[in-house]
Amino acid sequence: MTLASTVVGSLGMAAMNLPQRAPRALVPTHVTARGLTVTRGGERLLFRDLSFEVPPGSVLLLRGPNGVGKSTLLMALAGIVRPDTGTIEGIARDGVHIVNYQSGLKPRLTVAENLEFWRAVNGPSGLPVAAALEQVGIGKLAELEAGYLSSGQLRRLALGRLLVSVRPVWLLDEPSAALDAAGETLLALLIDAHRAAGGLAIIATHHDLLLGDEATIETLLLGEAA
Amino acid sequence: MSVDTVKQPNWFSRLAHPGQFLNWTRHVVWPLAGATVVAFVVGLWFAFLNSPEDYQMGDMVRVMYVHVPNAWLSQAVYGVMFCAALGTLVWRHPLADVANKAAAPLGAVFTTLALYTGALWGRPTWGTFWEWDGRMTSTLVLLLIYLGIIALWRAFDDQLKAGRIVAIVTLVGALNIPIIKFSVDWWNTLHQPASVFTAEGPRMPASILTPLLAMMLAFTLLFALLQIVRMRTEILRRRADSLSRQAALQGGAK
Amino acid sequence: MKAFQALISRDLKLAFRAGGEAMTLVLFFIMVGVIVPIAIGPDRPQLTRLAPGIVWIAAFLSMLLGLDRLFRSDDEDGSLVLLRHSVLPLEAVVAAKVIAHWLVTALPLLFATPVLALLLSMSWEQWGRTVLALLIGTPALVSFGALGAAVTVGLRRGGLIAPVLILPLCIPIMIFGVGMLDPMAGGGATLFLIALSLVVTAFSPLAAALALRAAGE
Repeated sequence: MTLASTVVGSLGMAAMNLPQRAPRALVPTHVTARGLTVTRGGERLLFRDLSFEVPPGSVLLLRGPNGVGKSTLLMALAGIVRPDTGTIEGIARDGVHIVNYQSGLKPRLTVAENLEFWRAVNGPSGLPVAAALEQVGIGKLAELEAGYLSSGQLRRLALGRLLVSVRPVWLLDEPSAALDAAGETLLALLIDAHRAAGGLAIIATHHDLLLGDEATIETLLLGEAA
Repeated sequence: MSVDTVKQPNWFSRLAHPGQFLNWTRHVVWPLAGATVVAFVVGLWFAFLNSPEDYQMGDMVRVMYVHVPNAWLSQAVYGVMFCAALGTLVWRHPLADVANKAAAPLGAVFTTLALYTGALWGRPTWGTFWEWDGRMTSTLVLLLIYLGIIALWRAFDDQLKAGRIVAIVTLVGALNIPIIKFSVDWWNTLHQPASVFTAEGPRMPASILTPLLAMMLAFTLLFALLQIVRMRTEILRRRADSLSRQAALQGGAK
Repeated sequence: MKAFQALISRDLKLAFRAGGEAMTLVLFFIMVGVIVPIAIGPDRPQLTRLAPGIVWIAAFLSMLLGLDRLFRSDDEDGSLVLLRHSVLPLEAVVAAKVIAHWLVTALPLLFATPVLALLLSMSWEQWGRTVLALLIGTPALVSFGALGAAVTVGLRRGGLIAPVLILPLCIPIMIFGVGMLDPMAGGGATLFLIALSLVVTAFSPLAAALALRAAGE
């Protein structure tokens, strides 16, 4: 399984012309969470005294039943939800990308305009919009209003956001939702390229993402032992 | 590099814990109620039986003994809310938003009473119950601010989140109240040359001072009593909510 | 800076493609100018005397109508969370949105004032001063509107409460705005309005950003 995925991954990377060296501005960072306690609505305790480390180039998978708090943990790491106690180091406010069920895309803007906007607002440190759209496979839809896209295409567009601005930390909440098999392959390639460049990803997912380099993939199971 | 997340609580923090608050206020409520009743008896006796009539307005001047304390409280309560708002935003004090929530309707009631008694007091002079006088207008605007804050509390499902947001609104309101007063006074000089109330209020001889102070004390004690009772009620209500929610979580499937 | 401009131009694009929402507000603005004379009678000297106040009321109500859309769309599709991680601080994001909102809601009203001037028998000078007053005062109205929208973002019934919250705050702006037409006190009113507008416009993004962060928790 590992050999197959590595071979496929390398072929895929070559086919997509993904850069084999680190992109211009990715500054690797080491994420450390210590003693995180988060309650929702005042007293529903989601997890208590949670600690973990995510070194550069690695992936932390968050697994657990629905409602256990995976999304909330990601929001806490993103700095949106304030943990009751604990510290989070290594995640800068403008050093993190988020992908979740909300797309952040405007239906009345074209595909290209949506991505241009996020590139300008997040910092144009990554690929140009046209190249990013090509890589996520919707290059031909650039001038189409985003409202016409299918949910799978919208998810690919959201992933394009990750390519136009380079940031070390990716927080992904069910990133393979709405993606078909080709989309899942694309997702795995993007994540692996990101890791090769020194970035890290924290991913909440029910699926098996077919990522390479399993040595640096950790899994955090929420719900039982938290 | 690591953050010490368990701080030793000082006396203030220990007092701030809602459970502790319930404990020590339990012993305060009834004595405070007694003191309030006594203060009102004394104040009203002075006001109605032991103070002179006004040469111009006759007995109606006695309305002032109710109006002035209410007017003062309408502003003082906002001051309490302002401090509570700071407590929520700056120190995340656990009782601060409870205090803020408890005070808002009390402030609205005192402001309404101030307007009502102000109208009664002004009628003999103005000929009508309402006049767009600088002070009445400012007080009316203050009432609108109180009512807006109360509406905001009720619009939130999550009362903890509401606490921080209402605190922001309270602070913004506090900063704007002086500006509103200034602009209303300016507007008033533009449109009406004379005003019933001078800057200090009508001149008051010394024999009026005693009943006035007595009534001020009585109303302030009333506010303190009601505030503490409302805070206790709110804490208990939140506890009841919490127990209900936990019962729901444990009682059935996810 | 480019990020700031990108925010403003995105909001402008969205407003223009949304199909005439700005026009609806202008229509409402004019309709108030129609309803008031119908309600209080067409006595021309009376209308002329009341005209500046009526224009300000119409502008204020139109602004209240439009303020809910300031953050709601971005809140619903997750853009607000993403914008908190942009290169701009949240305060700057709010400021950019306020500027765009003013361009879309207040500026068209200014262009529609001649219609109201006609309906309310305003003199040229009255109209000119009123436009100037609106020019100075509407940024503050929009800024307070942004604060109201930020405080009620995510609330289901928030659209009803925000106007109630900000109406008391807008009273000084209305007072000085109409007061600018007073023959004697107009100069003082102008200065007060300029000062007030500057302070409110500068500081309300801070309060609004604070409220947006609190709402996200």
